[in-house]
Amino acid sequence: MSDVSAQIELASPGAVVAEFEHVGELTVEVQRERIVEACRALRDGPSQYVLLSDVTCADFPDEPGRFRLAYQLTSLATGARVRLRAWAGALDPQIESVTSVWPGANWMEREVYDQFGVRFNGHPDLCRILNPLDWEGHPLRRDYPIGGEEVQFSDAV
Amino acid sequence: MSTTDPRTENFPLAAESREAIEGALREQRALTPTERVIAGVEAYTPQEAAERTLANEMLADTRPGVRAPLLINLGPNHPSTHGVLRLIVELDGEVVKEVTPVIGYLHTGIEKQCENKTWWQSVTLVTRMDYLAPFANIKAYTMSVEKLLEMEVPARAQWIRVLLAELNRIASHLVWLGTSGLELGAMSVFFYCYRERDNLLDLFEMVSGERMNHRYFQVGGCAQDLPPGFIERLQAFIDEMPRRIDEYEALLTGNPIWKDRMKGVGVLPADELIALGVTGPTLRAAGVPHDLRKTNPYSGYEHFQFEVPTATEGDCYARYLVRVREMRESLRILQQVIDGLPEGPTIADDRKVVLPPREELAWSMEALIHHFKLVSEGFKVPAGEAYAPIESPRGEMGCYVVSEGGPKPYRVHMRDPSFVNLQATAPLCRGNYLADLIAIVATLDPVMGGVDR
Repeated sequence: MSDVSAQIELASPGAVVAEFEHVGELTVEVQRERIVEACRALRDGPSQYVLLSDVTCADFPDEPGRFRLAYQLTSLATGARVRLRAWAGALDPQIESVTSVWPGANWMEREVYDQFGVRFNGHPDLCRILNPLDWEGHPLRRDYPIGGEEVQFSDAV
Repeated sequence: MSTTDPRTENFPLAAESREAIEGALREQRALTPTERVIAGVEAYTPQEAAERTLANEMLADTRPGVRAPLLINLGPNHPSTHGVLRLIVELDGEVVKEVTPVIGYLHTGIEKQCENKTWWQSVTLVTRMDYLAPFANIKAYTMSVEKLLEMEVPARAQWIRVLLAELNRIASHLVWLGTSGLELGAMSVFFYCYRERDNLLDLFEMVSGERMNHRYFQVGGCAQDLPPGFIERLQAFIDEMPRRIDEYEALLTGNPIWKDRMKGVGVLPADELIALGVTGPTLRAAGVPHDLRKTNPYSGYEHFQFEVPTATEGDCYARYLVRVREMRESLRILQQVIDGLPEGPTIADDRKVVLPPREELAWSMEALIHHFKLVSEGFKVPAGEAYAPIESPRGEMGCYVVSEGGPKPYRVHMRDPSFVNLQATAPLCRGNYLADLIAIVATLDPVMGGVDR
């Protein structure tokens, strides 16, 4: 078990599901209910992952969890990086928001909500960000077709 | 949120406020703060707005010193917002009480399109995200794909990448400096900066054939070697440029108006900037020497001697000084690249990924087959995920790719520094004058192509 997993386990026993090391990058999979505790443990822990670089998602329709979230954490002290992974669930995709740990997660989570339809519980302002507010569907889902959408804003000209 | 039915929000239902309400109704939730602000600012017809103004004036007449906050809509098309950024500003007199940035006007779904292109075709798309730093986009993307392929890039290709990335940094900072000067009334700086930027675009054109949106970096290296005569022209540019930067500084650094508009404006402590995810010159101007070229050297940056400029004030003026000094440091790196550019191939010799040299197609059957397979089907990338961060002119630009083992990316996501840094607009502007908002947005240097993707 890596130091990162050990730190998470110390703060929240049983949170770590698995860990992977691939092409020199460490990925730690955590239970979706524990994501906030895991993030806080890494931010306040000895290796100081104080910067949340990115929150994003990928859609795997055949997997039971379907939406795989990826949180890229950076330590400003050592330059080390780790990726946290959590599955949001297929039927009612949702996860706790990490905006209480990093206010900068606000727009990143709004983007994931907009593009994938994953709900972030406890987010202060969860609405669409890149697409128009009344857009239907979530474009980055794998079952959202490319092409064939009606042309937008044609009434404005 | 006091209610769950957005219809009870009591907006006069002008067409635009209906947009926010429809979105919320569909999900059976109340309006979020951003939706409420957007609906609120758009919900009035001109007649209704006139009535409101009249009511405000009457309030001020009957109770002097009391005024209702004023909502104004800056953008999406406004010369000072660096593209189509829309800011809904709540003003108390001339002081900003709240700013709500509204983005998405340039959203073109590049990440979605990449999933329907092959790995090598997507290179063309990602270049167009942050259009002032095309080499940074393409470098982050190719680096993440190379990571998944576990591919070695030849030294000469790495050095050429450094060369073009640093030239790109100067070009991007020149656009920033010129337009920022324009926004604060220093018009001539714009012309000087664009003069030098045009020289840079000529150099880019020499290398890649295009002035913008270059498709020069490939997975595995660079498309071709530097053209003859390029190094001489680059040397002339490097020799000339320090004097040009002196010229800009003579116009601005000691200029009392420039200092008045910039000093002490838009300050946030470093820990708040970090919590907001802000990186790049904005963070370095607040005293954090975080530069990925130093902390996580990639692409051979460990071979070069250069300083990471920082400042402690964290205001607009410090951001200006940091960017100007960064241009000088980039010139130092460029000189070292010219002096030590290693010989050798400019692209990896892996026929399953890299196109064979053009001349080989005339006599080699294998080359022809490889060429055909690569162009028609594309190369396959082993399953996995990778995140490659680089230091773009605006901060950490990272590319997250997921592969399922096929010839097309399963997911491409760009962590664009403009997108994340733009979140700092509201905390930076609160309590400042409206005129300072222009200076603050200018020194954050957002590029809306990168924000919206």
